[in-house]
Amino acid sequence: MGAGAALLTVLPFRANAAVDDLIAEFTGGAELADAGVELTAPEIAENGNTVPIEVSAPGATAIMVLAAGNPTPPVATFNFGPLAASQSASTRIRLAGTQDVIAVAQLADGSFARQSKTVKVTIGGCGG
Amino acid sequence: GNWSRLAAQQALTQDQLLQFETFGNVSLIHITDIHAQMKPIFFREPEINLGVGENKGEVPHVTGADFRRLFGIEDGSPSHYALTYNDFSSLARGYGKVGGLDRVATVVNAIRADRPDAILLDGGDTWHGSYTCLKTQGQDMVNVMNALKPDAMTFHWEFTLGSERVNEIVEGLPFAALGQNIFDAEWDEPAEMFKPYKFFERGGVKVAVIGQAFPYMPIANPGWMFPEYSFGIRDEHMQEMVDEVRGMGAELVVCLSHNGFDVDKKMAGIVKGIDVILSGHTHDALPEPVLVGETIIVASGSNGKFVSRVDLDVRDGRMMGFHHKLIPIFSDVITPDAQVSALIDEQRAPFKTELEEVIGQTDSLLYRRGNFNGSWDDLICDALLSEREADIAMSPGVRWGPSLLPGQDITREDIYNVTSMTYGKAYRSEMTGEFIKVILEDVADNIFNPDPYYQQGGDMVRIGGMAYRIDITKPQGERISDMTLIKSGEVLDPAKNYVVAGWASVNEGTEGPQIWDVVENHIRKEGTIRLEPNTSVEVVGA
Amino acid sequence: MASGVKPRVKVPGKASAGEAVTIKTLISHPMESGQRKDSSGNTIPRSIINRFTCDFNGENVVDVTMEPAISTNPYFQFEATVPETGDFKFTWYDDDGSVYEETKSVTVA
Ligand SMILES: [Mn+2]
Ligand SMILES: [Mn+2]
Repeated sequence: MGAGAALLTVLPFRANAAVDDLIAEFTGGAELADAGVELTAPEIAENGNTVPIEVSAPGATAIMVLAAGNPTPPVATFNFGPLAASQSASTRIRLAGTQDVIAVAQLADGSFARQSKTVKVTIGGCGG
Repeated sequence: GNWSRLAAQQALTQDQLLQFETFGNVSLIHITDIHAQMKPIFFREPEINLGVGENKGEVPHVTGADFRRLFGIEDGSPSHYALTYNDFSSLARGYGKVGGLDRVATVVNAIRADRPDAILLDGGDTWHGSYTCLKTQGQDMVNVMNALKPDAMTFHWEFTLGSERVNEIVEGLPFAALGQNIFDAEWDEPAEMFKPYKFFERGGVKVAVIGQAFPYMPIANPGWMFPEYSFGIRDEHMQEMVDEVRGMGAELVVCLSHNGFDVDKKMAGIVKGIDVILSGHTHDALPEPVLVGETIIVASGSNGKFVSRVDLDVRDGRMMGFHHKLIPIFSDVITPDAQVSALIDEQRAPFKTELEEVIGQTDSLLYRRGNFNGSWDDLICDALLSEREADIAMSPGVRWGPSLLPGQDITREDIYNVTSMTYGKAYRSEMTGEFIKVILEDVADNIFNPDPYYQQGGDMVRIGGMAYRIDITKPQGERISDMTLIKSGEVLDPAKNYVVAGWASVNEGTEGPQIWDVVENHIRKEGTIRLEPNTSVEVVGA
Repeated sequence: MASGVKPRVKVPGKASAGEAVTIKTLISHPMESGQRKDSSGNTIPRSIINRFTCDFNGENVVDVTMEPAISTNPYFQFEATVPETGDFKFTWYDDDGSVYEETKSVTVA
């Protein structure tokens, strides 16, 4: 059981309303398909300050990543150039509590796709 | 008394315990979660071990009389005493202590006499859990285990020695240190120090043993002590490793796992091609393996109380059948191995006086295992409340720590057996009622989330000074209610601050006296410990 | 300016023409989010790397817009096509105007 000031970071946050606006800005209000982009993230973060994620969207020109529960949701936008061998990338991100991470991709035909994953950020601290 | 113990010993012989019809062409010997218990101890199995989701009512979430019925165990029998909690104190007086690594050595040697190339595998949680282990930073256990000549090992609490010390020991280990899920945190690549698997050629069979360390190491334990490493379940990588060893000709694939039982069950359904999972971490002891698809899962208990033997018939690159026995280590029945006994005494000699000092006595059975409370934890919470002058006490829901019978002395060694760790400081801080609820909800979800991959394999944080109600079927945030201060009967105010004392914080820089000193001071003042049954947690949905 | 900023990159030294290679990059940087407070309660100003690019012989592989939610010591992994012998150029752009660069040569046999 861990306790102390650092735990305040795991208090639940409500999804930020700005998320919808950010997505609309990226897509120009276009429809979002379910298929076409894949987001890989751990079920439970080992450390909320450095959560490994991977995005992949074959043929995409760009993939935007948002952390819906962070005080400011934008995380990164990957723009793929002509020499990208695949439209996939990994990085590490900060999550201020259990929340949904969202990836939105602009696909080769100009359409958009979205996938989200819940990542749990826990106090932890017990064990067998 | 003596008469009943003699009777029990006469009814039970070493030959009976070791009796085994040798089978097939490969033998595995599994021991796990020893928690540095080199000497015989008492260890009471849990009364409450609730399964959720698909695992509700499934082994290992069956206890007591239901467990005995399921496995055809006679009341009052040695298996009753070894595997269930009922009548523990009286059966313990009859059957005596369990475990002791010198007895384990005798069993291992007997299996090797029968099958000289049997593979001995240690599931981890080995270099943690006692006074001497803490004082020697695991060296006592390394020395004694080396004498048993294991073939491979995986890890959990070992990492709480800090990565520098772990690396130092692992570099000198005369056997394989395995963990396919131990990664270098910086580059996200398999850690060089720990190999994913090891091949053994035994009985003409190519055996691959893949290691799986505890996946939630930096969450359940202080990640700042081993920042270079990342863990996780990594079942995709596990599948790659299984395919790789099969491609290299492995005819038998064994996973030496510290996932915990329900996580192993889920993983066995996802990863194809593992023949045997030797399961550790959740401290379950099962007299029969559990079958998931074509994978058998073996659970071998904890604290040196059991050794599992699994004989396998491997032909034409396939496992065709198995024989299994969970061997209880009755320490009054199994002759200790003289060489290992001497080695154990050698490790303990420098600390003999400190270990043996009697701090008090107990009139109550002191045990830990159970989802919500154990009497050892009640005693620790009492110590925190009085010594740290707190409203509420919190003690971690770990599953290690031997039991003491009513009438026994409490020695300093006994206190360290249930408290020793490298982050044992007893903090004292103010928390709001809301925040205390957040903590309970968070820990409860790590135990009762219906998806095993969200479970960390411990028990509920133990609470002193406060009562609460838990509905284990609800989602996180809705399980805990009716939080009440016991001394005043007052319902906790979400906005009000309460003084909370606890220990084993995973945060760096925690301040306070060591928990074993807090408990020792409390026991000295009390003299004789008498505990009332704890009824402070109301459980719903079990 | 953030001090001690040091880029590190893992790229295979050899490839065959048109091969996809995996690239990993790390740069030591605090990525100060602008949301933390110091011990006296004052907000620590934002100071992050806000853009990362990778090019090969002048052609783009990836161009990343980075926000304060990217962790300390930013890490990226991606795949690049190597059409011929040449240089990968990696560039990180700091809020304070600093630009950190690293190059790695790849030989196509
Ligand atoms: Mn354990
Ligand atoms: Mn464990």
